[in-house]
Amino acid sequence: MTATALLPLLALLTSLLAAVVIFVLPESSHRVRILVNLMAALLKLVIVALMTWGVFHGVDFSVSFTMLPGVSFMLRADALAMLFAGLSAVLWLFTTIYAIGYLEDSPNRSRFFGFFSLCVASTMGIALAGNMFTFFLFYEMLTLSTYPLVVHRGTEKALRAGRNYISYTLGGGVVLLLGIAWLHGLAGDLAFRETGHFQGADPALHGQLTLIFILLIAGLGVKAGMFPVHGWLPQAMVAPAPVSALLHAVAVVKAGAFGIVRVVYDVYGIDFAFMLGLLQPLAWLAAFTILYGSVRAMAQIDLKRRLAFSTISQVSYIILGVALFGPIGTVGGLVHLLHQGIMKITLFFCAGNYAETLGVHRVDELDGAGARMPATSTAFTLAALGMIGVPPLAGFVTKWMLGTGALATGVEWAVVVLLLSSLLNAAYFLPIVYRLWFCPVAAPWPGERRWGRLETSAWLFWPPLITTLMLVLVGLLAATAFSPLSWAQLIVVRMYLP
Amino acid sequence: MAGLLFTPLAWASLSLLLDFRKGRCVSWLGMVIQVLVSLALWYAVMERGGFSYALGGWEAPLGIALRVDGLAVTFVLLTAAVATACGLHAGFYLDACKPWQRYFWPLFWFLWAGLNGVWLGADLFNLYVSLELISLAAVGLVALGGEAAALRAALRYLFAALLGSLAYLLGVALLYGRFGTLSLALIDEQLASCEPALIVALLLMLAGLALKTALFPLHGWLPPAHGIARSPVSALLSGLVVKASFYIAARLWLELGDRLGSPWLAQSIGALGAAAVVWGSWLAFRQPHLKQVVAYSSVAQIGYLFLLFPLTFAVAEPVSLLAQQGITLQVISHALAKAAMFLAAGNLILSIRSKRVDALAGVSHFLPFSLFSFGLAGVSLMGLPPSGGFAAKWLLLQASLASGQWWWVGVLLLGGVLAAAYVFRIYRASFLEVGDSDDFYHPPQSLEAIPMILALLALGLGLVAEPVLSVLSLPFEVTADVNEAQL
Amino acid sequence: MSSALLYALAGVALCGIGLAGFLLLNHLLRRLLAFNLIGSGVFLVLVGLAQHRGGPDPVPQALVLTGIVVAIAATALAVVLIRRYFHLTGRTSFKAESEGDGGGAGS
Repeated sequence: MTATALLPLLALLTSLLAAVVIFVLPESSHRVRILVNLMAALLKLVIVALMTWGVFHGVDFSVSFTMLPGVSFMLRADALAMLFAGLSAVLWLFTTIYAIGYLEDSPNRSRFFGFFSLCVASTMGIALAGNMFTFFLFYEMLTLSTYPLVVHRGTEKALRAGRNYISYTLGGGVVLLLGIAWLHGLAGDLAFRETGHFQGADPALHGQLTLIFILLIAGLGVKAGMFPVHGWLPQAMVAPAPVSALLHAVAVVKAGAFGIVRVVYDVYGIDFAFMLGLLQPLAWLAAFTILYGSVRAMAQIDLKRRLAFSTISQVSYIILGVALFGPIGTVGGLVHLLHQGIMKITLFFCAGNYAETLGVHRVDELDGAGARMPATSTAFTLAALGMIGVPPLAGFVTKWMLGTGALATGVEWAVVVLLLSSLLNAAYFLPIVYRLWFCPVAAPWPGERRWGRLETSAWLFWPPLITTLMLVLVGLLAATAFSPLSWAQLIVVRMYLP
Repeated sequence: MAGLLFTPLAWASLSLLLDFRKGRCVSWLGMVIQVLVSLALWYAVMERGGFSYALGGWEAPLGIALRVDGLAVTFVLLTAAVATACGLHAGFYLDACKPWQRYFWPLFWFLWAGLNGVWLGADLFNLYVSLELISLAAVGLVALGGEAAALRAALRYLFAALLGSLAYLLGVALLYGRFGTLSLALIDEQLASCEPALIVALLLMLAGLALKTALFPLHGWLPPAHGIARSPVSALLSGLVVKASFYIAARLWLELGDRLGSPWLAQSIGALGAAAVVWGSWLAFRQPHLKQVVAYSSVAQIGYLFLLFPLTFAVAEPVSLLAQQGITLQVISHALAKAAMFLAAGNLILSIRSKRVDALAGVSHFLPFSLFSFGLAGVSLMGLPPSGGFAAKWLLLQASLASGQWWWVGVLLLGGVLAAAYVFRIYRASFLEVGDSDDFYHPPQSLEAIPMILALLALGLGLVAEPVLSVLSLPFEVTADVNEAQL
Repeated sequence: MSSALLYALAGVALCGIGLAGFLLLNHLLRRLLAFNLIGSGVFLVLVGLAQHRGGPDPVPQALVLTGIVVAIAATALAVVLIRRYFHLTGRTSFKAESEGDGGGAGS
């Protein structure tokens, strides 16, 4: 087995093996567990970096074997895969650090970190999957491995949210499976290909292909939190903060959005999907979800619920970018996959810090927290401004690309949606920022804890600061060679100019 | 070859003379030998393809003819794996102090001999004898618990099994009356046209076998028997025993069904299977007792098997092959997963000292290992990747789509959702944190390891499905060197 | 109508009587006897129908012998179970029990 085949497997195995080791470790061996966690996360980062470098230089990393008659298990690293793999490898490291601090002295840590690693392994598998079948394999594995994380607290409320989560995602999985199986019956084993597979498909098949497309998008839309099937997402907020961060920024919703990108570009082909007339309704749906999520977010008092509805809105930017049918819009959508991840994870880290350090969960209790926790509040503010789209932060880059993309393809209404959404973002984020910095402390914090010199535990303190730095840098240095933006452009060039 | 059939009988007789502990030592030795012989046979088939073998040089019809092909040898190996796991588990699990427990070992070995007899049998009457051997041993194992409820369940099981066997035997009598032979292969050759008497014979045999396989609506005997038996026994019964009668029914259908069956018959058997999937899952969801959940889940999972009938009738050869492969995978993965689930359920019950599902609250941080095995086995039952259950479901989906019988697609998908409902009910119960849940017993590690291994096998089966299935299509040579086969 | 066919028809009739008894009777011993009746009917069909080689055919004889052995074993097992069940519960049928199917699951 050559190195090109070995690396994708290794990227998968680092967290898979870590999961196994952590499950076997006794509950009491904290230090070993921390070490295993961090080593695996670092190792994965190195592997992914190596592969990214290789993909940039045109190396083909792939491994496949026949799993069932006519179907193969296939891992393949193309540029799009590396975008998602890079995101999850980087953010996994920080989320792990954060989770170690967040769950200090809480029970069931062995179980938690085991499933946490399993969840990241599934995400890596989703990123590197080379065909729909393999994608589905890891997609369902992700569903299963996140369930114990969502119900981690074991309260009635958590279990109810878990049931809701699993009903939605498994239901979506069934629809997706139907679509994939049908597609397979129609066209055989379809490896992802930059230009899609149905360029000159028989017109007699168009009806069936349209139906399959709807099934696939509906199945993936559940995880991506698209409008009618987003109900699980706000409820899943009962999970611990690192889990919410992981769910929203890296794993679950992104897996759905990433799957939609794969289906539209690498299975159907963007031109063919456009020809079937499927992109237009998809764009409408995405636009509606963007506005709907923002409006609902304004009404939320609970900080994490507000962030959840914000996610519903923000993830649909990715889908809107895909559905705009033009290279610039696609770049915007793809780069938002990454930028939104960094910004949202920062926000969730901060929300977790407020909850852990001050015992604050509601927006109206945050008055004056800026003075008590200046670093965390700065991070929160910057991430919120990024979400609104203030230049030169990460969010601005994506909104700019999406807007110019929409104008380039003559979809003016999308620009209106973007502007409206930015206004709404400002309407639900700025009051929080105002309360943080400019309101006096109204009441003593409900559950304040102190950790020496820093404003909170060191494990909790650094991750949001580092991700904030990243979100500033990806915005400022968007035009340089190794920024996410350039990478997204590389992907799009390979998609549109085969 | 002969070893596979007769050494279990020898072990049975030997362990009948010994008490539980000595019987255990003898049986463990026997298991090792059985596994090795099964592996050797599998290897032989891999090398040379399938062959026929007349036991002791006596040719049919009076002698016992055996037929070894890829499918049979796969099931022999599966039996060796599951039975060994259950036997090991039972050795730790059963209470050595109760005097009647020593009958476990002889019954266990009789069961094993009967199973191998079914997989390898080439004529209809020997299949009958093997089936009866299995039924009697299985009933004895169910009754091993000793309490009145166990005896009641055992008696109901016994009556159902006997009725099923006699219906089958009546069908055999009719076939013999028409053809004057019992060999399935010879009947297949002579069968030209469809006669009413033959259809009656096929219907009788299928009905009898369906009763023994617990196809809806004839499933009433299964949940009490599987629910009340000791866990290793339940694992054997659900994993292997019900598959034996199904195996015979499937072979009858594949050999004779194309001429004797009708679309109407095929579709209605499939419909019964579909009803079993829905109804069994629903009842599994409603059960208050952990093992009853698992037992009703068997009713549902058996329902999938009967989709073989419509999906292989009057369809193109490749589609039929897909369906057969899917069903084979379903048999294997269900055997592994259900055995793992029953063994893990037994551990959980040991640990919480209660049989109820709602008593599981808080167990997740005391017994994660058994719970994990239960969960992994559940993944296979739900048909989620990468398990064997998923691979089976995928192949069946492809077969139903390719044959245009899209209504089975709905059954397959709905069945997965319903299975998720009852499996997640268990997870949910065990993840609940309650304050005063410190009172748990820790079973020994060897008890926990065995279901884990089985569950991992079921889970990994999906990844190696292709090599497993390739054994099934090995060539079959009628003129094989008999001496070489004398293992 | 040949004598062989007569045997076979008698066997079928026996099967029918046995089946009716098996389904309608409650007493466990009676059901067991009904089962034996079905068994005899099947053996009669087997011997009656299968006269292929122009004379007595050894194969059905061997089959019926084996079948009788199996039936004896099954009957013996059933009798033991019924007796034990009667000792434990004082009942001779499944009826008159309120708790439904098996109720408790064994460990």
